[in-house]
Parts: sequence; C-alpha cells; structure tokens
Amino acid sequence: MSILILADHNGHSLKISTRQAVTAAKLLGDETHLLLVGANLDELIEEARQLSGVSKVLVADAPHLIHAVAEDIAPLITCTAASYRTIFGGHSSFTRDVLPRVAAMTDVSMISDVIEILDYRTFKRPIYAGNLVSTVQSDDPIQVLTIRGSRYKPSELNPANTADVERIEVPAQGLQLATWQSETKQSSDRPELANARIVISGGRSLGSQEKFQATLGPLAEKLNAAIGASRAAVDAGYAPNDAQVGQTGTQVAPDLYIAFGISGSIQHTAGIKDSKVIVAVNLDPDAPIFQIADYGLVADLFDVIPQLTNAV
Amino acid sequence: MKILVPIKRVVDYNIQVHPTADGKAVDISGLKMSPNPFDENAIEEAIRLKEAGTASEVVMVSFGTESNHDVLRHGLAMGADRAILVKTDKTLGSLGIAKLLKALIEKEAPNLVLMGKQSVDDDAGQAPQMLAGLLGWAQGTFVSQLTIENQTAHVVREVDGGTESLSLKLPAVISADLRLNAPRFVKLPNLMMAKKKPIESIEAETLLPLKDLKVKTIAVEYPASRGPAKILNSVDELINALKNEAGVL
Repeated sequence: MSILILADHNGHSLKISTRQAVTAAKLLGDETHLLLVGANLDELIEEARQLSGVSKVLVADAPHLIHAVAEDIAPLITCTAASYRTIFGGHSSFTRDVLPRVAAMTDVSMISDVIEILDYRTFKRPIYAGNLVSTVQSDDPIQVLTIRGSRYKPSELNPANTADVERIEVPAQGLQLATWQSETKQSSDRPELANARIVISGGRSLGSQEKFQATLGPLAEKLNAAIGASRAAVDAGYAPNDAQVGQTGTQVAPDLYIAFGISGSIQHTAGIKDSKVIVAVNLDPDAPIFQIADYGLVADLFDVIPQLTNAV
Repeated sequence: MKILVPIKRVVDYNIQVHPTADGKAVDISGLKMSPNPFDENAIEEAIRLKEAGTASEVVMVSFGTESNHDVLRHGLAMGADRAILVKTDKTLGSLGIAKLLKALIEKEAPNLVLMGKQSVDDDAGQAPQMLAGLLGWAQGTFVSQLTIENQTAHVVREVDGGTESLSLKLPAVISADLRLNAPRFVKLPNLMMAKKKPIESIEAETLLPLKDLKVKTIAVEYPASRGPAKILNSVDELINALKNEAGVL
C-alpha cells in the first residue's frame, strides 16, 4: 500500500524531520511518495528523488505557492488522498498546521505526534505532556499522522535512487483566504533548536541576559550546539521566547541535552524526554532534573561551563 | 463582530495523572479539573477585543456534561457575555468536536472563532485546523499576536525556528499560543456576577447525530523511565562518560 509524505522544506533543502519520516514510512507500507509544494522546486526535486526509500516525488510547483498556506496546500492533498493508506509528515509546525485540515476535509481522524509505530493503524503517542503514553488504534480507511522523528535515522541520499517525478495539477491561483506577509528567523549561525544534534540549556540561575549569552555562548560555539532555556529564564528575559524548551516551548530530541541550572519542571522535562543522553548540572542535589537525567554533576554551572568549554 | 470561544474542561495541568488499574484509560476520577490553559488565552484575547470595541459579543461553548458549568462560569467571570453547554457524555475526539462546532456555528454565525492551540490532556492540536477545514475558512494556528482591521485578521504565528505573519480573511479560526497574552485573574465579585449570566443547554444530538470514535485507545501506560542520573564527580568524568560510554561527543 502507498504512503504519502508531506515534505517540509526551506525552499532549498528538505528538513531533517522529512528525511526521518521517509525512514519511518518503511514501517507503514511498501511504496513511499513524497509531496513537494512550493515555487522553483528544481533543486528540491533533485534531492527528493535521491532519497533512499522514495519511489515517487509529487510536485506542486507554482509561483503563487512560494509561501504556501494550509488553505491552499490541503486541497492539493485531499484530491489524491483516496489512493493512499497513510498520509503523514514529520512533527513540525508546518505539518501540524496542514495535516489536521487535510484529515477533516477527508472525513477521517488524525493521530498526532506518533512516537512508535506498532502496525499500520496502531500507534503509541504521548498524552498529558508526555507523562503518559497511550496506544491508539484507528478504524479509519486512511491514516493521517504526524510522526516524531527523533526515533528514526534520517533517510540518506543515494544517487542510485532516482524516483519518478510527477507534476500534479495546481489551480491558477490560491484561494486567498490567508496570505503570507513576512517571517522572522532566529539568528542562525547556530543549528535550529528543534533539529540540533546537541542542545545546551540554561535556567534562571544564569542571572542575567548578558551572563546567559556570555556563559553558554562559547560552549555552544565549540559544540556546534543550539542554545535553549527554561521557561523561568525566558520569563526573566534572559533568553528569547523561541529559545524556550519544554512542552509549551520547543520539544527537542538531540543526541545530547545538557541542562545547566534547570530544576526540571514537568513541563520542561516533557520537552526533553526523547533526547538520547541528558546531562544535568545543578547545585541542588534534590533537583527533579536528576531523576530523568543520565548523568549528573552536583556543581556550580559557573565552574563547570568554562572547564567544559576548554576541554571539548 | 461576534466571537465564539470553545473551552475544554481538563485535569489541572499541575496534577500528575495515572493510568487506570486495567491500563486501558487515564484515571481522572476525583482530580481537580480546570479550563484548558490555552483556551484561557483564547477567552482573554476575545475579551480584550471586546474591551477595545472591536468585538460586540463573546460567546463561549463547552462540550460535555453539567460539570462543565464550572469552566463556563470561569469564562463568564473573565468577561464573556454568555455560554452554551452542548450536552453529551460521549468522547468526541477532535474531528467530532470540529463537526459539532461547525453545526453550532451555522446557528450562531460568529465572525471569528478563537480557541486554544491544543488541550493539555490529549495534546492533539487538531480541532482548530479541522474546524477551519470543514468550514472552508482561513486558519491562523499557534498565534502569539492578533490584530483585527476591517474584515482582516493579522496574526503572528509561532513556527519552528521563528515566527510568521499572515493576514486572514474573516471569518476565520484562530488558535492561541500561550504567548498570545496573560489571562486575567478572576476576582470573587466577578465570579458572583457571572452566576447571573445565562448558560444555555443544547443536546449534542440535536445539532448532529454522533458517531462512534474511529480511533480507540487500547492502552495507557507510563513512559519508559529514564534516570535517575549517575552522579559524577568532575567535568573530566563527565567528558569521559559522554565520549566513551554514551558515544555522543
């Protein structure tokens, strides 16, 4: 049975969550199609057709789709939905925006944030901010999902894999229900928080915005890590909103997560639980973060961070 | 302009939940229930639009049994004008909620639906987009800033790696992020006054025949536990562990 993946990309390359989705698709069916929506997609088409595991690349390429919105993307998917058993994407703000609309227009339920695939219609997903895990089974004819990618290795480019390319019909103009105006990106000589291999985060004990940057910055530079922050540090103004790690901020799943001076509220730990290795550095030996970390140092972060920065 | 704000009654977000003894559901018996936090942001924003003269009426709706009166009263005390309880004891799922909301919207004819981006129990994050899809309306999801001008809503959305600004043709469905605002505290006199505001009851089945859920929960369990941490004594030990034991450096 065929699987359709809605690709998330930045106009030039596929997001890692999409490449992870391609790997996950192998557990769901035997033929994987990837849908690209945007404008001037030639570069992306070349990348997509070499992705190991993709057998067909569907392309909706039109000038008015350059900043395509959910209102215009959803109908492109629903008109071919019936030929697929599963329609899904990685768990990203893009897929979480578009796919529920697709599901409703197809009159099927949706299962968000799958963390484990048991079979093509049975999945595990976190509920209550990751404090519980529920196993759900769907009787719908089409499964619409987002899959949290951190458990799946990103599919690799294989020049020998040359998937077919099929251009799908696109209306001459958008519905104009919603119109893209502008965007702001977090300054990014650093990896994106959601996709970084290493994330280092600071709490309120960093003391000020200046100290937050001056202390964590050099270590992040050395490790090529993204910098995150606890809700308390964000609320205190030490770090920008989009640096907040946790259930109500960004959920991360890096290979290595280091929490400096973060006590470990439920909402914070829910957002880091899928990390491969968690390190906690905290002066308080009773901080809850030590209960979910793999390694702990009961020490002053202002001593530890310079030592670490010099040593790595 | 009329704004409809759906509100869900959920286990208070500070409370640790557990599976039932048979491991097939979440045991919520006897737990403190509260309005879903993101829905409070939606109510707050709707009330601010009314206070600014942009909106003329704020109507709340909740789906469930009479115990939902408490969250509706909470919203009325915050400043909503009236409330509707759509009565059902069935579990509806996001699609079921979206369909019932659509049926209600055909009666109430709001210009804007403001709702939380997700509920903190199921964490699905689907109902707003599903509703917009069923209605064929514009959708603004994960919104942290909202301004209304003529027949257009300008929103700033929280997206991976930054923010995005969209303009939406009204009517539209907008889903609130926590950063949209800080919901006001409810004062006791307001709570008393809210008791005089009307709560209308509608049987869900009179809006729409309800169908059985297509997605069934077959098990609920604790996540695989990790930790507690191996406590190390020095930075050197930590680097050694990360390099040679965990292989992540």
